[in-house]
Amino acid sequence: MANVTLRNVRKTYLGGFEAIKGIDFEVGDGQFCVLVGPSGCGKSTLLRMVAGLETITGGEIDIGGRVVNQIEPADRDIAMVFQNYALYPHMSVYNNMAYGLRNRGMPEGEIKTRVEEAARILELGAMLDRKPRQLSGGQRQRVAMGRAIVRQPKVFLFDEPLSNLDAKLRIAMRVEIRKLQRRLSTTSIYVTHDQLEAMTLADILVVMNSGQVEQIGNPLEIYQKPATTFVASFIGAPPMNLMPLRSELQSQLAGDIRAREAGILGIRPEDFVITNDTVSGGVALGLTVEAIERVGAETFVYGTRQQEEQGVAAIPGELPPGEIIVRVPGAVGPAIGERIRAVAARDKLHLFTADGRKRLGD
Amino acid sequence: MEKITVFNNRLLPYLLLLPQLVITVIFFYWPASQAVWQSFLREDAFGLVSEFVGLENYQTLFAQPEYYRSMLTTVIFSTLVAALSLSIALLFATQADKNLKAAGGYKTLMIWPYAVAPAVAGVLWFFMFQPSLGMLSRPLRGMGVDWNPLLNANHAMILVVLASVWKQISYNFLFFLAGLQSIPRSVIEASAIDGARPMRRFWTIVFPLLSPTTFFLLVVNVVYVFFDTFGIIDAVTAGGPAGATTTMVYKVYADGRLGGDLGGSAAQSVILMIIVIALTAIQFRYVERKVQY
Repeated sequence: MANVTLRNVRKTYLGGFEAIKGIDFEVGDGQFCVLVGPSGCGKSTLLRMVAGLETITGGEIDIGGRVVNQIEPADRDIAMVFQNYALYPHMSVYNNMAYGLRNRGMPEGEIKTRVEEAARILELGAMLDRKPRQLSGGQRQRVAMGRAIVRQPKVFLFDEPLSNLDAKLRIAMRVEIRKLQRRLSTTSIYVTHDQLEAMTLADILVVMNSGQVEQIGNPLEIYQKPATTFVASFIGAPPMNLMPLRSELQSQLAGDIRAREAGILGIRPEDFVITNDTVSGGVALGLTVEAIERVGAETFVYGTRQQEEQGVAAIPGELPPGEIIVRVPGAVGPAIGERIRAVAARDKLHLFTADGRKRLGD
Repeated sequence: MEKITVFNNRLLPYLLLLPQLVITVIFFYWPASQAVWQSFLREDAFGLVSEFVGLENYQTLFAQPEYYRSMLTTVIFSTLVAALSLSIALLFATQADKNLKAAGGYKTLMIWPYAVAPAVAGVLWFFMFQPSLGMLSRPLRGMGVDWNPLLNANHAMILVVLASVWKQISYNFLFFLAGLQSIPRSVIEASAIDGARPMRRFWTIVFPLLSPTTFFLLVVNVVYVFFDTFGIIDAVTAGGPAGATTTMVYKVYADGRLGGDLGGSAAQSVILMIIVIALTAIQFRYVERKVQY
């Protein structure tokens, strides 16, 4: 049981490339922290630094009140689940799980108890004598989990553990990992690029982009109040609509104090209503419907804004210029080519500075 | 699941196999059967008359104490060469597998000896350790070693073993390095997190995962020491002093080519062939079972 604290953690490679540019956050005892970001944002590197597989070139990592910068992975009292599971191919499932305990000189009797307990929790009881190659992807994943839990470490580290599984299994394992973590209440750090996984698993969500933290917080809070346009477009699917705040939109928002500083307006697809009524203080967009996606419970309408200003620089994370996604509940939506009016209320508007780095208002 | 390819043309698969079969038949089965046939014959000194003598060549051979001696020499020589060249190559490969700065140059240098012809390698080592001229003999004498591979049987053995090991390390090194690089990094990392120190990691993870490579090299090396070291022995000691480095393959050459006893020499090569086939079969049967995965 331990807190994990990162203080101004940096990673600079020999060639001068800065992979991690000073990161601070704290994961409380028993919390589930998810690092999320696009590929190449440094989230895996950061996790490997916590594990001790990458050196730390600046700052401090503290596990359970002890700075671990100079401590070997073996002595950090952590367990890690790898993306490709990294099972020992020449050992049986039992020995895969027992290996870490044997290295620590635990008596065989106790090893047996622990491995059997883990096998029971993970429903691997019938497979203890098999080799990893005789197992399915989902079973291998569970062995990798088993290898982590038998050790009863202070911290679990997960490096995209579900990305090699098919969609259905991924959802099932996601729920299992969460249940297991609640049950063992072991501090966990989990890396993923899948924002849905991030939203559903996290107690604390850390959104990363190019070696920096964009936002830290409770997942819903991040969803409702993204701090930057990057977070706004990364968290949520389909992503938030972002549009430059220009002449026509600006006049609609004339009464809003925030709009004076703002350069970018963001509206989530589900916050639109298709209506001809006027809303005071809100925004109304005239759209031509280009495409419709019917998912069953909801329908996504892809429209183009009618008065699109040309020559507007792309906003980071923006959809193709002028394209707007509107979510409509149910299976009924407008027809392709139809002209619609999408309206969003004032409290549903997200306003950002022109560089997208700062959220305004609230 | 094995992949099975189905050919539409019935002849095509045979045609595709043909080149390999032709080469094997011409360069292995034909000379091998010639040797078997010849081992039952006795030729006169001028090679004009051959006489069928049945197993007489074998009987003479097994009555010679020198033959048993060459067997013993072969066992000592091959055990030393195979063990040393495999373990030294493995050591070098594990070092080269680390993230070294000059790893590329180091690997190239390691591979060079393989490009040297056995006889040239032999001459090289012969001159380095030649008792009166050799550049390495003087410091040895300086250290009080009465170094003389021309007269001392043990020194001669050490020298041929060194030369043969030196020649074979490159080959083994290459395969071990490739084997090491094919072990997923994350498996090694997992074992580091699982608390295994470098030595334990090597013996419990790396070495077992490398066992297919090791097994392959063991087979190749046994064949190497039995046959291909002939050139080195000939150049360094020519089987001497007093037959101390005459291995079985060298004796085949010495008796047949130098001694003119073609029948006896053929009998020896048949025995040698049987030994190598048997050794390889044993390796496949017992060692391969322990090969992991």
